[in-house]
Amino acid sequence: MEIICCIKQVPATDTVRFDPEKGTLIREGIVAEINPYDLFALEAAVQLRESYGGRVTVLSMGPPQAEEAIREAISRGADGGILLSDRAFAGSDTLATSYILKKAIEKIGSWDVVLCGKQTTDGDTAQVGPGLAARLGCTCITCVEAIERMEDGRFRVRRRLEEGTYTLEADSPLVITIEMGANSPRVPSLKGKMRAKKAEIPIFTKEDIGAEDEMIGLAGSPTSVDSTYVPEFKGTHEMIQGTPAEQVDALLKIFREAGV
Amino acid sequence: MGSGIWVIGEIEGYGLHPVTQELLSKSRSLREELGEELSCLLVGHDVARFKEEPFRYGADRVILVEDSSLEPFSETQFGKIIAELAREKGPTIILSGATERAKAFMPIAQTILETGLTANCMDLAIDPQTKVLLQTRPAYGGNLMATIVCRERRPQMATVRAGVFKAEQLSEWKVGPVEEVELKDELRQNPLTQVAFEPKSDDEAIPDYKGADVVVVAGRGVAEKGLIEKLKVIAQALGGVLGATRPVTDMGLLPRHAQIGQTGQVVSPTLYLGFGVSGAAPHTIGIQGSKVIVAVNKDPEAPIFKLANYGIVGDAKEIIDLLVDRLRDRTGRGEQNV
Repeated sequence: MEIICCIKQVPATDTVRFDPEKGTLIREGIVAEINPYDLFALEAAVQLRESYGGRVTVLSMGPPQAEEAIREAISRGADGGILLSDRAFAGSDTLATSYILKKAIEKIGSWDVVLCGKQTTDGDTAQVGPGLAARLGCTCITCVEAIERMEDGRFRVRRRLEEGTYTLEADSPLVITIEMGANSPRVPSLKGKMRAKKAEIPIFTKEDIGAEDEMIGLAGSPTSVDSTYVPEFKGTHEMIQGTPAEQVDALLKIFREAGV
Repeated sequence: MGSGIWVIGEIEGYGLHPVTQELLSKSRSLREELGEELSCLLVGHDVARFKEEPFRYGADRVILVEDSSLEPFSETQFGKIIAELAREKGPTIILSGATERAKAFMPIAQTILETGLTANCMDLAIDPQTKVLLQTRPAYGGNLMATIVCRERRPQMATVRAGVFKAEQLSEWKVGPVEEVELKDELRQNPLTQVAFEPKSDDEAIPDYKGADVVVVAGRGVAEKGLIEKLKVIAQALGGVLGATRPVTDMGLLPRHAQIGQTGQVVSPTLYLGFGVSGAAPHTIGIQGSKVIVAVNKDPEAPIFKLANYGIVGDAKEIIDLLVDRLRDRTGRGEQNV
């Protein structure tokens, strides 16, 4: 089974800090990590290969340093990876991103299933997976917890929506997004780390995938940021002093005043 | 005059999903500013029986697509239908709730239509000059609010989390036109076959976080089983629910649905009570609607204190123990109450 797993390198949420005066991101101290949601997609991909054979190829779009994320994915069980990196990709919104991923997947050629994390922690849109399915003209199934391939070649998945869990069958090719917590992502193995270190990570540019200029970057992105503001919290700000017992007394008073 | 605002209607139980009611209510003011018609789309297998409800929330028109092929739900099919209808009728704006279904079919429709989609908006408005839809959403994990626009392409598309807007029924309403659409054969293709469905069992019934009057939250600083149990006692004694920040649910100490924040439950209680919560933006974005925020944390620099109305710098464990005792005294019914 040829499996493609899309991942994204994101800033670790708890290292993101913001300068409220300047309204800018404080770059120093930011640690990059694989989007936590994607680890579940990667684990699902590796499990599929373990059950049915084949190959897991990780695909990521980002700056040159996103190569680290691909190496980490290899250390966690992927067979190889490709980095999509080009200055012309910068500023792409989800519509342009799904186009770039689609062009790369077409270049990779044959595949059975594309797995994505449900969403990212930085963009938080959950749009690229379904958008990619639309680009590829294939069936999309989101919020998936388990995947198996039947003897007749069809796929059977468990999808969890608000009201319960559906067991569904569909023909490949499929784009599937994996639910957070669907499995227990393995940690990098020593052997995996060795493989990751030695792996060659090809870089695909705009030319390599034959992307059209008006479809990528800012030109290919219909949405733009009009303005930004730092959310403010109004009202009292009071620190409760005293011994713990006095502080708890004050809390109970606050509860009463709030009518609780 | 443009071709209108569309709200994609979803059904929950025996009526319109609350988020559809909220979006229709909010869209009434957008309609006034734009001078365009407000339509509610109902697309599904057995949706005709709900066709009058959107009018109660201000819809001018209902577009009804009822077809047996629409079960089970397939985002691929649904997205194609929305895109096809939009191509035909040319709406200016398409809105939907940020439900699991809509989060899947909206990007598919968006991509087919080659237009913009803004996820999880916290506010919507019309720019008085350009008449463009101003779509405000959290950015950088909620550290910043960004207003997104889709200037050139149409329709402008956005999803909105439940609980962001208020649902308001009209005091007087009358049923308007219901336009029934027949699906072309190619749009009746559902790629999914349903083999089984297991409804959510009672023991995993999700508490009503959104409507809770008191939300007690366990943060990383109290991520221990024993403390979580005590916080459950406190939440119960206050008639509230217990939620958590992501590290705590990731550790499995509380179920995933208990995660409060931008990517989890958005809450707006009278009282928010956070223990060992640092106040990272992805969490705080989900608690902005709280009336009174109380935080206990040992780190005086914790960002939660910037937004807390009342803060205690100290050992959360100690405060929890004292609070459990005092709440027991307060209810005066001893252990059996908890």
